Amino acid sequence: MASTTPIDSPPAPPVARKRAGSSSGRVGDKVFLGLSRGSGILLLVIMASIAVFLTYRASLAISENDGNFFTTFDWNPAGDPPVFGIAVLLFGTVVSSIIAMAIAVPVAVGIALFISHYAPRKLAAPLAYVVDLLAAVPSIVYGIWGALVLVPYLEGLNLWLDQFFGWTYIFEKTEVGVARSLFTVGILLAIMILPIVTSVSREVFLQVPKMNEEAALALGATRWEVIRLSVLPFGRSGVISASMLGLGRALGETMAVATVLSPSFIISGHLLNPGGGTFAQNIAAKFDEANEFGRDALIASGLVLFVLTLLVNGAARMIIARRKEYSGANA
Amino acid sequence: MSQAANTGIQERPAPAEAARPTSLSSRALPRWAPFAFAALALALGVGTGAAAGWQSHTQWGLFSALLFVVISYVTTSVVENRRQAKDRLATSIVWVCFLLAVVPLASLLWTTISRGAERLDGYFLTHSMAGVLGSEPTGGVYHALIGTLEQVGIATVISAPIGMLTAVYLVEYGKGALAKAVTFFVDVMTGIPSIVAGLFILSIMLMTKTQPSGLMGALALTILMIPVVVRSTEEMLKLVPNELREASLALGVPKWRTILKVVLPTAIGGITTGVMLAIARIAGETAPIMLLVFGSQLINPNPFQGAQSSLPFYIWEQYKVGTDQSYDRAWAAALVLIAFVMILNLVARGIARWKAPKTGR
Repeated sequence: MASTTPIDSPPAPPVARKRAGSSSGRVGDKVFLGLSRGSGILLLVIMASIAVFLTYRASLAISENDGNFFTTFDWNPAGDPPVFGIAVLLFGTVVSSIIAMAIAVPVAVGIALFISHYAPRKLAAPLAYVVDLLAAVPSIVYGIWGALVLVPYLEGLNLWLDQFFGWTYIFEKTEVGVARSLFTVGILLAIMILPIVTSVSREVFLQVPKMNEEAALALGATRWEVIRLSVLPFGRSGVISASMLGLGRALGETMAVATVLSPSFIISGHLLNPGGGTFAQNIAAKFDEANEFGRDALIASGLVLFVLTLLVNGAARMIIARRKEYSGANA
Repeated sequence: MSQAANTGIQERPAPAEAARPTSLSSRALPRWAPFAFAALALALGVGTGAAAGWQSHTQWGLFSALLFVVISYVTTSVVENRRQAKDRLATSIVWVCFLLAVVPLASLLWTTISRGAERLDGYFLTHSMAGVLGSEPTGGVYHALIGTLEQVGIATVISAPIGMLTAVYLVEYGKGALAKAVTFFVDVMTGIPSIVAGLFILSIMLMTKTQPSGLMGALALTILMIPVVVRSTEEMLKLVPNELREASLALGVPKWRTILKVVLPTAIGGITTGVMLAIARIAGETAPIMLLVFGSQLINPNPFQGAQSSLPFYIWEQYKVGTDQSYDRAWAAALVLIAFVMILNLVARGIARWKAPKTGR
């Protein structure tokens, strides 16, 4: 009787009885559509206003800056004239993230392969579960673990690296002191992003068409050859985007770096020496003592971090999106 | 090495330079070989480490792992053949990767649990830090617990409806440029560092001269939480079979009632799971709280006015104090936080399994 279909239906005839009556349905539909579309738009508004507000406050600070924002090796917005620059932070952020990626990605791919192809069946499901749980451990817990357990532990490794690989320059330790260095930060970040990179890679490896693997097996391939010929080519873009998601995390990680690193405003190629800094760590460390102008300066550095993570995540998503079409055509 | 040059039928012809035994009847290492290699490598690694006097046991482990890979590769290529050796090499590398990763993660959990259990008791959970000096072995986490619960609660109340409605829009209505843009930016928003979300709210606070409060922290957490809720709700709504929607629409039920009464109830288990996982994620965020809530040693049950504390922030605070007693407090609070997050995770996944939509697959 009550002939109501979605919004774009032809005008319904007036109905006497009211059960999900046409007019109330129409209004309800409009309200509901408005609400849900509104929240979608709200999301876009939030993203846009993050960019706008950060840029505005950053411009306030940068216009007063006496040094060059990109090349100054100092952070003194409270001085007269105020001087601050992100060179050290950019260096530290990029270097620690690169170390983290260099360690985490191969290991994560290994673990993902372990879970998807090597582990005994009974072990695989609980393992995947545990990896997902580990992704939920808060970063501050990694932070205090890094500072109180990992740092003392890595001293031996640092000495060893210095002793045998000191000639590489980057592993030469010229300053005595605990291992609160960018290298340690890189290792800790690697441990932190392992779970996320692993779980995304594992998902991709599990999606490899069984047919491809069985074809390789039928040709007499060993397990490694199956993986090299059918699993890795299929999963490559998935692994790339997983790593970039991990990279995005590593770039923006605050607490773990703030607890472990002993910061200083120098750029040094000796990665084992304490010192350096990252964007997020600098914000955390300098915030308490900053006045309003100092906070604007920190917001300016945060804006750079925002843009950096935006680029990395955007690229990762685009790779995933392209892959989706590919696997869809394949299925 | 290559005296038994019998090639099996399923093998392609071996290269002329060395006819390797590759058939089923050729020599193969016994099944226990990897364990023997592992034991040998471990013994050698420990022996070398002890002899050379390396201080760090990590080095012993790393050296053993390296030895294991080398021993198994060499032995296999001598006894079996190169392809098998490569296969075994890959297998051992994968195993080593796994073990390497397990060590730090296990150490993290073990340290948190063992160190945290020292201080964790009823007193710790029911007292604040009011008037407690860094070197005193008393004090507790009550004020931080209240802060976390309130901030996370407010963030959930704001972001759950927004996130769910956005997901409904994307799945049920979304076509065209707007939906595409929203999908893309939800993805990008997932990757916003928590400190940037904090700075965003901070810039608003600077402009409106607002004082720090729990609410401000909750707003930053909202930004972090919305995309997670959207993503998981979207996945769940996509699992709802189309037949259900069509049946309801065919009965003349308006679309909004179909969504509210048919689609959402079907997916409610998964949606709940998603929201709980999102809560677990934001409960551990420290950076926004540090910028926006400011931290307090006192119990402040009002999230709309005055500084509060929160569990992750409390851990950071206690870590910075730097005395043995404050480290103990930090570990105990870390244990409380991890327990909170893990329980949420486990319950959420339990609900997901229990209420999974029956899609007939």
